[in-house]
Amino acid sequence: MNDNEPLIEFRSVSRRFGMQEVLRDVSFVLNRGESVAIIGESGCGKSVTLKLMIGLLAPSKGDVLLDGRSHRDRSERELTRERLRFGYVFQQAALFDSMSVEDNVAFGLRQNTDLTEREISTIVGDRLHEVGLPPSVKTKKPAELSGGMKKRVGLARALAISPEIMLYDEPTTGLDPIMTDVINELIVQARDRRPITSVVITHDMVTVGRTVDRVIMLYPLPRLEPEEPQIVFDGTPAEVFAAPDQRVFQFVHGQAGERLQELALR
Amino acid sequence: MPIAATEREGPITKLGKLFIDGTLAIGELTLFFLNMLSWLVTRVPRRSVLLVCMYQIGVESLPVVMVTGGFIGMVMAVQSYDQFRFMHLETNLGAVINISLVKELGPVLAATMLAGRVGSSMAAELGTMKITEQIDALRVLGANPVHYLVVPRFLACVLLIPLLTIMADAAGVTGGWVISTQICGIDSLHYWNHTEEYIGSYELFSGVFKSIFFGAAIAVVSCQRGFNCPAGAEGVGRAATDAFVYSFVAILTLDFFLGIICNGLAPWLGR
Repeated sequence: MNDNEPLIEFRSVSRRFGMQEVLRDVSFVLNRGESVAIIGESGCGKSVTLKLMIGLLAPSKGDVLLDGRSHRDRSERELTRERLRFGYVFQQAALFDSMSVEDNVAFGLRQNTDLTEREISTIVGDRLHEVGLPPSVKTKKPAELSGGMKKRVGLARALAISPEIMLYDEPTTGLDPIMTDVINELIVQARDRRPITSVVITHDMVTVGRTVDRVIMLYPLPRLEPEEPQIVFDGTPAEVFAAPDQRVFQFVHGQAGERLQELALR
Repeated sequence: MPIAATEREGPITKLGKLFIDGTLAIGELTLFFLNMLSWLVTRVPRRSVLLVCMYQIGVESLPVVMVTGGFIGMVMAVQSYDQFRFMHLETNLGAVINISLVKELGPVLAATMLAGRVGSSMAAELGTMKITEQIDALRVLGANPVHYLVVPRFLACVLLIPLLTIMADAAGVTGGWVISTQICGIDSLHYWNHTEEYIGSYELFSGVFKSIFFGAAIAVVSCQRGFNCPAGAEGVGRAATDAFVYSFVAILTLDFFLGIICNGLAPWLGR
């Protein structure tokens, strides 16, 4: 493994579901230690991009490379091992309903390490403390938690396995502004406390401004001409807020523009 | 170019589609089963997960299976008594009720109850896990979902359905005996003598043997439906219903072929 080599590379990746193409010929590179936000309208393929990165989905065309090696060249068992390098915070937290908070956070450790229960319990306590949850939540079931607490448990679960790459799928969606701020701060802290590469999928420009140093914007394929690239922006947060491209400007500033006229015409 | 949705499909096209869909479904089920089998033989499931599955599938199904078995035995006695009395063969009732129970009704009804109670619940649970991304979360955390979720359920079904079948048989035999001897007034000694004449270890074994295949079919079909659950609450409901319907069809199909096999083997087993 070469430190100058890209950590993750998308090479002309396309992905379709049945007749519907979601990603078309997307190429980009993520370097070690980068914090990147992938933004774009709903349905533009952001979450699909994240799942392709970790190998939960396979591209219809093109290649996703991790440390220069395509996911295609790895067996399912190899891919399972490689996935442990990632921490994944799901949009709805995806906590295991049947398990307590403690068992959720401990799951990856019990599954993949030879640590004793006492060591696992210590790590679980540390991670819950890191995300600002009291030890009393350990015994609770996910159904007893609020949306913000679920997201924090999801973050603790992802951090427990000490990943090198953190993937956040819309971490602040559905949360109130205070909890959004808490989650944003936790993302920043997670990045600052350990050498980690972060990818954040979000609609929230506050999250973009606070948590990342690079922004990639995807545009929905139905709104693009066949020859237009799907990545319509790749730059810093400061640049995205000042981008002259109308499509980027409208998204960043929450302006529907011609969409309102389309609605009026219906 | 895709066919327009409004274009009318002829009967041949519909039949062709049905055939292709059926073949694909059987192919997917077979691949799912082989994948599960490869995990089953290469890695032992976690004991804690297996025990929970065994409790849910075995212990929690016991009351419903026994009640069903008991009532089937009683209903058979009530329905058959008049016919047998007409021919003055009342004492043969024991043989008829008990052979039907241990060879056919016990295993098939225990499996049907299991498909309804456990199969639907497995499909709904795994379907919910799929649509709430919990299955993806398992994969992200280094667990193979087939190994973690399907193998313990398969083992619990296969290992416990023979016991459930024996319990259903026992409840049915008891129910039939109670009605025949205590209500209809058949002599208990003659009732059991006739039973003993017709039922041996082969009859008992063939029923229990078939139940193992029924358990395997319920687990594989239900888990596969759960793993392929369409999105939304409607999708989960659909997966649960499909799990029961497909499991039931599989049970009846297997019963037919296993019945032929068992009958073919009967002379070799000294029957």
